[in-house]
Amino acid sequence: MTRPLVTTALCLRGVGAGYRGRPVVHDVTVQVPGGSWLAVLGPNGSGKSTLLKSMAGLVDSTGELLVHGRPVSTMGNRERARAIGYAPQIPALPDGLTVTDYVLLGRTPHLGPLGREGPSDLSLVAEVLTRLDLSNLAGRPLRTLSGGERQRTVLARVLAQQAGVLLLDEPTTGLDIGHAQALLELVDGLRTTEGVTVVTTLHDLTLAAQYPDQVLLLDAGEVAAVGSPSHVLTAERLARHYAANLTVLTGPDGHPVVAPVRGH
Amino acid sequence: MPAAMATGTTRLSRWHVLGAALVLAGVLVSAALFGAIDLDWHRVIAEVVAQLTGGVSPLTEQESAILWQLRMPRVVLGGLVGAALACSGATFQGVFRNPLADPYLLGAAAGAGMVVTGMVVLAPHTPASFLPVAAFTGSIGGVGLTWTLGRSAGSGTAHLLLAGVAVASFLTAVQTFVQQLNTDTLQRVYGFILGGLATTGWNQVLAVLPYLVVTSIVLCACAGLLDVLALGDEEATSLGIRPGLVRALVLGAASLATAAAVSVSGLIGFVGIVVPHLIRLLFGASYRVVVPLSLVGGAVFLMVADVVARTALAPAELPIGVVTAFSGAPFFILVLRATGGRRS
Repeated sequence: MTRPLVTTALCLRGVGAGYRGRPVVHDVTVQVPGGSWLAVLGPNGSGKSTLLKSMAGLVDSTGELLVHGRPVSTMGNRERARAIGYAPQIPALPDGLTVTDYVLLGRTPHLGPLGREGPSDLSLVAEVLTRLDLSNLAGRPLRTLSGGERQRTVLARVLAQQAGVLLLDEPTTGLDIGHAQALLELVDGLRTTEGVTVVTTLHDLTLAAQYPDQVLLLDAGEVAAVGSPSHVLTAERLARHYAANLTVLTGPDGHPVVAPVRGH
Repeated sequence: MPAAMATGTTRLSRWHVLGAALVLAGVLVSAALFGAIDLDWHRVIAEVVAQLTGGVSPLTEQESAILWQLRMPRVVLGGLVGAALACSGATFQGVFRNPLADPYLLGAAAGAGMVVTGMVVLAPHTPASFLPVAAFTGSIGGVGLTWTLGRSAGSGTAHLLLAGVAVASFLTAVQTFVQQLNTDTLQRVYGFILGGLATTGWNQVLAVLPYLVVTSIVLCACAGLLDVLALGDEEATSLGIRPGLVRALVLGAASLATAAAVSVSGLIGFVGIVVPHLIRLLFGASYRVVVPLSLVGGAVFLMVADVVARTALAPAELPIGVVTAFSGAPFFILVLRATGGRRS
């Protein structure tokens, strides 16, 4: 894309989050510099998705949550949507919509009261589709897409929002290793070329060691560790928090490679 | 060099608007040709042109009265009711994300039925002209009750849907009970509820027109938000809209339109479900297209159905609800088969 996106940093201080008074995540403090990538890791039920939703303002939260120095709680809905893009773990893909119809929904926070898209919205979406190699699928109904195409389409919708912070909940769900890798490369490319700040939850610990600048390990809603991947992803720590038999090797590029070890 | 525009969008083009206007005008004039007295089509067209341009009328005074005081009000009323029901149906399907949602889902029909029955039984000498007011009040009351109960249980659409089922069942049970105790009023009540478009001039058209104009504008303006709602509340919120507020606005408007339609035509099923689906199959699933074209499609569908109702067993009249189901169902199946349901 030719137009630059605003770079925004995310700052959490003592953030707690939950549903209807039931706290799920407690006292999370982390700084995400503009243009960097934070991965939230942790076993099932540790509160990863809830933490991501709290950053998007979708669940009740306590503590201090700042986007580019501004408290999220003081932002209006549309203003927040222009600053933070969010894709859930299982996005709804309305059946009869085309890829372009769907990606255009990302322009919602930028539209006027009558919700009519202008030429600039259509040209921006065309750019996003080109950037994500989706132009040839523009008129295709969503249900005819493959898993990889769907994830790219969802990413395109979030990107069309032109938010400085992208929150992607398990963006590689259901993808084989090749497609997962391709998607993360794409996100990484956007991060470096557009300067967007990325927060993802991830299950694949080896991929989590390769792409993000820092990782945050959650266990039972508490921060177990936060720091660079090579600092956090140690065999002893992961074995303890995931209750798994595993070993951590060093890959050819120097990144940790997490390998499960069969128990006896 | 101009920037490239996104292709593959489902949006209204000028061709859609032009085509819809031509079809609507054609059906409006054609529907006015049918009736007990033959009026030649070229004389009717000449009459319409004369009225629009201030020329000399080719019709006799009696023919002119038949055309403008009997047929046209009925045809126009049919168009308005069909437009309201189809547009409301599309809205309900969008809000509840359920293809079987219809405009009567939240108790509009049951409320109207109960209040009309109560009025006929408790005040049998009430003039017939008051029944539409009773139906309108009952319709709004039924939806209001559903909304209150649904919101007290939770904020999701499922609560509202279940409250609608409960309220409709309860009100229908009360109506049936009262009806059983007063079987002598059966014909009068059902004569109204089963509906029809027998009019007494332009009064009914003018009575419902303001409601339908305002609600149609609101629903067409909010059509894009129905696409956003289809993503679910979380994603819709992350895109900066307030799903609860949008739902309240569009369901309020759709219910008002339905109540206005029920008050002048009783209950006409099928239109609110089939027309939006036909539009989806033919023109795409974005509500930016489905809502406005359902307005036109519903109007055309009900005007044609009313012609059939008036002429199939002339001089007797068929209930229009029977005609909509009879003619609509096979047509819908044909379109579904022809398109392979690829966009539904």
